Amino acid sequence: MPGYADPGFDTLALHAGFAPDATGARAVPIHLTTSFVFESSDHAASLFNLERAGHVYSRISNPTNAVFEQRMAALEGGIGAIATASGQAALHLAVVTLMGAGSHIVASTALYGGSQNLLHYTLRRFGIETTFVKPGDIDGWKAAVRPNTKLFFGETVGNPGLDVLDIPTVAQIAHEAGVPLLVDSTLTTPYLIQPFEHGADIVYHSATKFLSGHGTVIGGVLVDSGSFDWERSGRFPELTEAYAGFHNMVFSEESTVGAFLLRARREGLRDFGACLSPHSAWLILQGIETLSLRMDRHMANTERVVQFLASHPLVSRVGHPLLESHSSHALANQLLRFGAKGAGSVFSFDIKGSREQGKAFIEALKIFSHLANVGDCRSLVIHPASTTHFRMSDEALAAGGIGPGTIRLSIGLEQADDLIDDLKRALKSAEKAGA
Amino acid sequence: MYLQVNGAKTYCYTGGKPIDPAQPTVVFIHGVLNDHSVWILQSRYFAHHGWNVLAVDLPGHCKSEGEAPASVEAAADFIAALLEAAGVQKVALVGHSWGSLIALEAASRLKDRVTHLALVGTAYPMKVSPALIEASLNEPEKALTMVNMFSRSTLAAPPSALGPGTWVYGTNMALGRRVLRSNATVNVFHRGFVACDRYANGEQAVAQITCPVLLLLGAQDQMTQPKAARGLIQAAKGAGKTVQVVNLPVGHHQMTEAPDATLAALRDFLKP
Repeated sequence: MPGYADPGFDTLALHAGFAPDATGARAVPIHLTTSFVFESSDHAASLFNLERAGHVYSRISNPTNAVFEQRMAALEGGIGAIATASGQAALHLAVVTLMGAGSHIVASTALYGGSQNLLHYTLRRFGIETTFVKPGDIDGWKAAVRPNTKLFFGETVGNPGLDVLDIPTVAQIAHEAGVPLLVDSTLTTPYLIQPFEHGADIVYHSATKFLSGHGTVIGGVLVDSGSFDWERSGRFPELTEAYAGFHNMVFSEESTVGAFLLRARREGLRDFGACLSPHSAWLILQGIETLSLRMDRHMANTERVVQFLASHPLVSRVGHPLLESHSSHALANQLLRFGAKGAGSVFSFDIKGSREQGKAFIEALKIFSHLANVGDCRSLVIHPASTTHFRMSDEALAAGGIGPGTIRLSIGLEQADDLIDDLKRALKSAEKAGA
Repeated sequence: MYLQVNGAKTYCYTGGKPIDPAQPTVVFIHGVLNDHSVWILQSRYFAHHGWNVLAVDLPGHCKSEGEAPASVEAAADFIAALLEAAGVQKVALVGHSWGSLIALEAASRLKDRVTHLALVGTAYPMKVSPALIEASLNEPEKALTMVNMFSRSTLAAPPSALGPGTWVYGTNMALGRRVLRSNATVNVFHRGFVACDRYANGEQAVAQITCPVLLLLGAQDQMTQPKAARGLIQAAKGAGKTVQVVNLPVGHHQMTEAPDATLAALRDFLKP
């Protein structure tokens, strides 16, 4: 630098974490190497003992991944980040760094199906229990706290109902209970909301979605705000007491603000090994460099599509906070950078009529692709009850705002008029199927 | 480890090791709104390479209780008391920014008990702009942002204090907020800046020291610009001291922007 003002979002999206190195390469190089040569035996020993910082083995860290990590930390306003093999790997890494068997999580009901599955079924098998609370049920969050609670968890805007999490209120309840708030910000990205500004402590993303933005790569990232005081809480001996598994290190003494990331990398990546390929990190970086441009277009297209669907006679409900009828309309305007317009471009709506009509609708679409992903530059469509959320009971689906006939859209970057024409044509087909 | 210093619980990072009387001791002193953790990529190395390390949290900062020092002189008194509490006779002093002034003043008082004096990111006088002093009191978040921008020289620091993936801007902001929050009665941000600004004994102090001096400066440092250390360098040379100056191509946080080069300079300087 140096400069006199904080660099802006777009500058950080292009420059944070990387400057041309000795090769002169302007773009971030892809360091496809498993390991890194030590300067000497002393250097090797120092790296292993965390006396010096550097790369040893690409499961633990890699220069390309480090650029991605620094860039995401910069965009989120955090202290650092860890790239992971997927968004699910990031969630798993956060959980297993903070707790073990006998621990308890309080989580929102409005979660991605995979996250709900991990918490409700898989982690329970390993002795970690979760109490699910409707995101807007503030008393429910308070009542769910137990002596062994270690984490609060929710999505910035729940998938796919777009229930906006009241991060300031939920974070306050979490902090009064002595636990951090972890937030999945996949659908919003740091461009639409920076959860740390509202009180969240840890954020993760499925970078597969809007961050990479082109439907080409699976990846995740876990970002720490450095704001949670693990010692003051007293609930996290994993971070505040000597750890025999790593040189008897007390992570909270090594770093006043970075104990969580230290353990997550040094234990979590070392032992669970869900690291990101440097090539994948590079692909995600390509996406991040144009994140704000793409998100602006995602928002503009979404606004047009929402307006179209909301006025269509065959549509009984459109679940986007842009509409005053949505339960999160006011909260979205309060918390999100661009108000309700910025509540994301992944939303659901219900078609009047039978399941057959819903099927006819999906099959008549020509531009929207029927597949299991969101956040692509291309527009996508799926039927959650039979795909992404199929393991959930009807009750759990309803709690997450999903009905049997709900259709989920992920609005891409095509011409908005073409998207509306495609939806218009498909709705006509659905109407005919019910005749 | 925790020590009782002047009746107050005082934290020193030691690299997880007890003090070994057979080893030399180095004390690391942090700057305004920092704590021991800013030295981690130097202190941990020394702790595992034949040195006793006392990387202290100054009184009223983070893990240390007690009254936050209101002057460089008061902080130097604390360092002397710390050595007594630790049972350490000879010591090398390493200080950063405000901590460099504290180390200098302490060295002038402790005389031949100090074997080496390393001043990192130093200047004398260490004047702080009235606007920044005022902001540190009334708009600490704004002041913290200003300090961070003045202190940093790059958006792409090498693997740093948490290892690869660390965003050093963010770590400094988070640490500053934590240190500020750690003291419910005193704004240690403002008190530290005022102490820097008012310190007037630098030239006399440097004439009193009996050990070699290292000045480790950042060529792009806007908080303590290298030219602001010239007077101190001339005063030290004029008093016949052994002076070594190392310029690193970084900003004010040499320890995190150039951790290896900072370690190498300290390691070379502190060689017994």
